[in-house]
Amino acid sequence: MSHQDLKPFRVVIVGHVDHGKSTLVGRLFHDTGSLPDGKKEQIEAQCERRGVPFEWAFLMDALQAERDQNITIDTSQIWFNTDKRPYVIIDAPGHREFLKNMITGAASAEAALLLIAANEGVQEQSRRHGYLLSLLGIKQVTVIVNKMDLVDHSQTVFDEIESEYREFLGQIGLEPREFIPISAREGDNIASKSANTPWYEGSTIVEALDSFEAIAPLNDLPLRLPIQDIYRFDERRILAGRIEAGSLKVGDDLVFLPDRKVGTIKSIERWAAPSQDSAEAGESVGITLTDQIFVERGHVAVHKEQQPPVTNRFRANVFWMGARPLEEGRNYRLKLATQEVDCKVGVIERVIDASSLDMEAGTFVNKDDVAELILETRRPVALDVHSDIETLGRFVLVDGYDVSGGGIVIEPLPLVAEDAEKAADRIVQPQERQLRNGHISGVVRLHGRPGAGRTTIARALDRELFNRGIQAVVVQEADVQAGSLPDVVAALTRAGHVAILDVDSNEDLGFIETTLFGRVFEVALSAPADVCASRTHRSVEGFELPPSTFVTVPTDKIPVKETLGILLEKLLPEIRREWSVVAGNL
Amino acid sequence: MASGAMETEIGRPIERHKRLVDGLLEGARYSPRDAMPDYSHLDELENQSIFILREAFNKFSNLAMLWSIGKDSSVLLWLARKAFFGHVPIPCVHVDTNYKIPEMIAFRDRVADQWGLDLVVGQNKAALEAGTTFPQGTASRIECCTFLKRDGLQQVIEDNNFEAVILGIRRDEEGTRAKERYFSPRTKTFEWNFRDQPPELWDQFKTDFEPGTHLRIHPLLHWTELNIWEYIDREQIPITSLYFGDEGTRYRSLGCAPCTSGVQSNAVTVPEIIEELRNTNVAERSTRAQDQEAEDAFERLRASGYM
Repeated sequence: MSHQDLKPFRVVIVGHVDHGKSTLVGRLFHDTGSLPDGKKEQIEAQCERRGVPFEWAFLMDALQAERDQNITIDTSQIWFNTDKRPYVIIDAPGHREFLKNMITGAASAEAALLLIAANEGVQEQSRRHGYLLSLLGIKQVTVIVNKMDLVDHSQTVFDEIESEYREFLGQIGLEPREFIPISAREGDNIASKSANTPWYEGSTIVEALDSFEAIAPLNDLPLRLPIQDIYRFDERRILAGRIEAGSLKVGDDLVFLPDRKVGTIKSIERWAAPSQDSAEAGESVGITLTDQIFVERGHVAVHKEQQPPVTNRFRANVFWMGARPLEEGRNYRLKLATQEVDCKVGVIERVIDASSLDMEAGTFVNKDDVAELILETRRPVALDVHSDIETLGRFVLVDGYDVSGGGIVIEPLPLVAEDAEKAADRIVQPQERQLRNGHISGVVRLHGRPGAGRTTIARALDRELFNRGIQAVVVQEADVQAGSLPDVVAALTRAGHVAILDVDSNEDLGFIETTLFGRVFEVALSAPADVCASRTHRSVEGFELPPSTFVTVPTDKIPVKETLGILLEKLLPEIRREWSVVAGNL
Repeated sequence: MASGAMETEIGRPIERHKRLVDGLLEGARYSPRDAMPDYSHLDELENQSIFILREAFNKFSNLAMLWSIGKDSSVLLWLARKAFFGHVPIPCVHVDTNYKIPEMIAFRDRVADQWGLDLVVGQNKAALEAGTTFPQGTASRIECCTFLKRDGLQQVIEDNNFEAVILGIRRDEEGTRAKERYFSPRTKTFEWNFRDQPPELWDQFKTDFEPGTHLRIHPLLHWTELNIWEYIDREQIPITSLYFGDEGTRYRSLGCAPCTSGVQSNAVTVPEIIEELRNTNVAERSTRAQDQEAEDAFERLRASGYM
């Protein structure tokens, strides 16, 4: 066996719900003798318990809910061998609700089997999945017409489906390898040719699998090494990353984008591996440089002669998986290789219904649909057109906490440089600072009697916010002795900070919100007078908590650690969320 | 080796006397360096795991790695040393149920010592003292797993404030693990919402979370049991000798002594184990009694936070 024959080939099975994907996998395993001992008996028992006929799909549908409803909810992977080579079979759900799981399964595949049930023909998800395969960059697609037993193994039905679906795939530029008529339940044309389809002369499923070509590593392309991290565990300063395309060797001059700093490779570091002076695409490597230039995660190392475009504007095809629609003008986080940058959806040029290919203009993209649009990133990024170098030509969009979209780069557009003269004249706006910090500024005012834990909470909150990259600072009595409290917090808000007030104050801070684009969060630590008195051994009468607060925590009942948890849970989304709204208004 | 030699014997744990060798590596167990088979298909698996380990290390400041002393997490540990150029810059957590096979603990301590690991041992002492265990004790088998393993893990995570834990589970082990993500969020109480998992494509993982979310990271998800053994052979990774045949039986999957049994096998070297696995149709975890309790026993255990 050659190397390519030892490496498992990754195939995804997609198609409309209930067209028989999981059944095909079960049958394929059975017919190639790949089922573990006792598995068939186990499935028989599971079916009997539910009073349903034998169901091959139970092999993959491991979740109780999947077997009870007889649908695949999440993508699954299973290994098997033909005489030629090993395979990883990825079963993807066909139900529209679980499209993000289908994408998860399909994104890592080298080839796809797309199933269409003969009795139902081409359906909504048959088309949507076909379209998504092309966006995911999967070029080898074989179409399986399943359930031929339900249409009397009719060649006419098969031919009609083939011509209809071939035309659809043609519109999205996908050329299917072949169409195969099968019955997964009966085992027709799975591992051997079926007598039920004498008119069919093409491959069986096993033959079709074996005919897929392994995807060659991207060694012959220009070098792309996105830096993942910088390590200094010992005397070496190692730049770590995976070579996403091309190759490198000791002595090469590298250009680090987007800064364009230049460095020479001094060594390629490996542990417990034979030493080698070169490395190729796919390798997770470490390199050291002869000069100590500044490099950080997100920089992309390339060769000087073969540089990718570096820009902050590009045209892309995006598929959307988020519950909240993608909107024109809104901000998202773009992740492309190890580059992470905030971006704005500039213009949505057209929205495409992924199942009908209907196109229309629009300002938002719904879940499961596709759009061609312009993205504008806050900082320039290094990228490639997807059809040139796919690993640097694809990205995801994060909305809030969730990966909500995926996309491919169609065309880089000229870098938009801010008009330097105009910018020089303009005072730096509070919103600009908030944008750069990635969070709003303003005030967290802590109220509480002496003994309620105000100083303890203030300091701990400061540390927690600091750890999360938020510019916070504690303001205590000593800080405001010389000036007025409103002046101090105004200056901090303007500077982009979150001021945590550990002082007795009841001044009106409304101007922070109305004139400085900041926020004020009133936090009450509500330990009652008697508890505070016994903690501090003195009287704490005559103290009033503010009537309305952002959050109130009974610090007499809740320990410090939990109080912090509550505060962070409430504050963090507010502090982090607002900036994108602000950014949208810029 | 004939495939018939892999019949399981549930309920007959191997009694084995302490038979430790000096040093970590029993060199004679592995293929000789100059006659190593072609293991180049492992490169891609290795590179992918290293990439994931480095992502995890970059994204989480308070990260730990679970080390069960078994073959998978020993491979994981080795991969961490590859990823970080000989160093293991994160603590290794062992959840000690007090029912582990004694040889595992001895092996753990020797490796930790020689490799300079930051070893953190967690144990649910309350459950052990209360006697809510199995089979000696008042708990059922599944409850015992829940108390000693899941709760034990939860405790050590809480005590150390770990934001994320790296685990050596694989998709081919079992059906619900086949549906896992590389970066898998769990709630504060460790629940796994397997009905609504984040999308994961092009090695872009979910790394933004609501406060209070806990993360499981699975760098070995794409490996098979066979790959693990091939890699152990290629890299000559030290593993506990419980995996090797002794008087006709060996452990294929290691757990607690009362609930794990051996398989019939005469494989005494890594290449013999590899040959045996190539010819078997018996599932790896068939010797782990907690999986066999009910149809969805393992799914329920995992949804509630089991590894």
